[in-house]
Amino acid sequence: MKLVTAIVKPFKLEEIKSALQEQGVHGMTVSEASGYGRQRGHVEVYRGAEYTVDLVPKVRLEILAEDRDVDMIIDTILLTAQTGRIGDGKVWVTPVEQVIRVRTGERGETAL
Amino acid sequence: MPELNTGDTAWVLASAALVLLMTPGLAFFYGGMVRAKSVLNMMMMSFASIAVVSVLWVFYGFSFTFGTAESSPYFGSFDLSGLTSVVNDMTANGAYYPIPVLAFAAFQLMFAVITPALISGAIADRAKFATWVIFVAIWVTVVYFPVAHWVFDFGSADTTGAGWLAAKGVLDFAGGTAVHINAGAAGLALALVLGKRVGFRKEAMRPHSLPLVLLGAGLLWFGWFGFNAGSALGANGTAALAFINTQVATAAALAGWLIVEKFRDGHPTSLGAASGAVAGLVAITPACAFVAPWAAVVIGLIAGILCSLAVGLKYKFGYDDSLDVVGVHLVGGLWGTLSIGFFGTTAATSWGANGLFYGGGTELLVKQAIGAFSVLAFSFVVTYIIGFLLEKTIGFRISRDEEIEGVDVTSHAESAYELDSRSGSGLGGILAGSKSEG
Repeated sequence: MKLVTAIVKPFKLEEIKSALQEQGVHGMTVSEASGYGRQRGHVEVYRGAEYTVDLVPKVRLEILAEDRDVDMIIDTILLTAQTGRIGDGKVWVTPVEQVIRVRTGERGETAL
Repeated sequence: MPELNTGDTAWVLASAALVLLMTPGLAFFYGGMVRAKSVLNMMMMSFASIAVVSVLWVFYGFSFTFGTAESSPYFGSFDLSGLTSVVNDMTANGAYYPIPVLAFAAFQLMFAVITPALISGAIADRAKFATWVIFVAIWVTVVYFPVAHWVFDFGSADTTGAGWLAAKGVLDFAGGTAVHINAGAAGLALALVLGKRVGFRKEAMRPHSLPLVLLGAGLLWFGWFGFNAGSALGANGTAALAFINTQVATAAALAGWLIVEKFRDGHPTSLGAASGAVAGLVAITPACAFVAPWAAVVIGLIAGILCSLAVGLKYKFGYDDSLDVVGVHLVGGLWGTLSIGFFGTTAATSWGANGLFYGGGTELLVKQAIGAFSVLAFSFVVTYIIGFLLEKTIGFRISRDEEIEGVDVTSHAESAYELDSRSGSGLGGILAGSKSEG
């Protein structure tokens, strides 16, 4: 089992979510995040004083998946999240040792 | 003694209510500009001013400003203290006005309320609330009441006991000196006494809610019609002139500020629009009944440009006038007061005077400068002394830790915004000392 984590542009969330749903991915956790990478922040001006806002708002998606679904999920995210401009985000995959469904106590892949 | 005029009385009473609304409006204007951790404290400083000054006004404030018996040129007397003996009296202030003196007292009270509230913008995020309350009481007593007497008290109907600036012929229709220069100079003094906020110039201290700033600017604008047009103390042509001048000067200043931003920074901002409007309101305040409407447009436009440049001074000189009380109220008040020396005309109001552009020479301009700078100097020096003594005795500034955590939580045990979706499970945390569920 794997955990797919993606940091993407906030306005891309709906598109990614529906594309993943079409592919049969029926669960994810979404949280608001902010950060910076190669994308520089932006400048805001208040009464003539300039402030560099270097933490840019992003959305973090977390999806628990069976190993065989991981490539499909990554491809779907890339296909929908890519704008080609700097600041599109990142996707990474980490191994997961155990998953338990809280309601039933099921473990492993049946809990996904 | 004139007979009571119901139209005049109704307008002055309504104006008093309009001017009261400016102080909550100011609370929103300032509150939106600070960070989310200190918005309640910012707004509370304005509301506290309503409480403190209103009470003092009854006991001695009105008397010390407008007292009639043995008034000196520099302060009033105590013969009207308590306001009980004046229920059936009409207003006499250089002439008779057919409105109850209590309507005049209520109207003038609202000016005394908002002036210290204006100062609070200079010391955002870092003042001890209890010290602020004490400061307001002391400051109105030794600074506002005397200065308002200098400027607004034209004495009894035969002008005996008038304030020295009023007697000198310094023109200030609604408070460019007594309210705005006074508050601006005091704000500068307190910003110097309290020092810079933690992180000043190092971190972004962005306004947490620009919609609140715009709401506050709108309420100020609305209330300001009472401030300026109400100062005619009657429902008449002078009030109408002050009203239209207030509107057009404010509109021009809003545009002026945005023009500067567009050319200097590339983007016209909503904070600039709100600030420009207030700068225009400030500048037209002293002049609103003494100039023609075309001149009000010019005064407003220059105010918007001048103040938008003046708010940068704090970075140049390194004082943390957090919300630009100096840049907007001191600079705007100075410009507005001096502008009468250029644009003043007796065609607007007969007891006005002709300025430089109307063949009056420099006489009026010199008088206006004397008025403006004497109020500036007096307010700055006395406020600095009050602030310094309070800081050295009971402390005026909160601790560094309290400031970083946020003055709302540390001083008032509240946060402005509860946006956490995790609350509401019905179980809650443990409320220390909660009595609600027995």
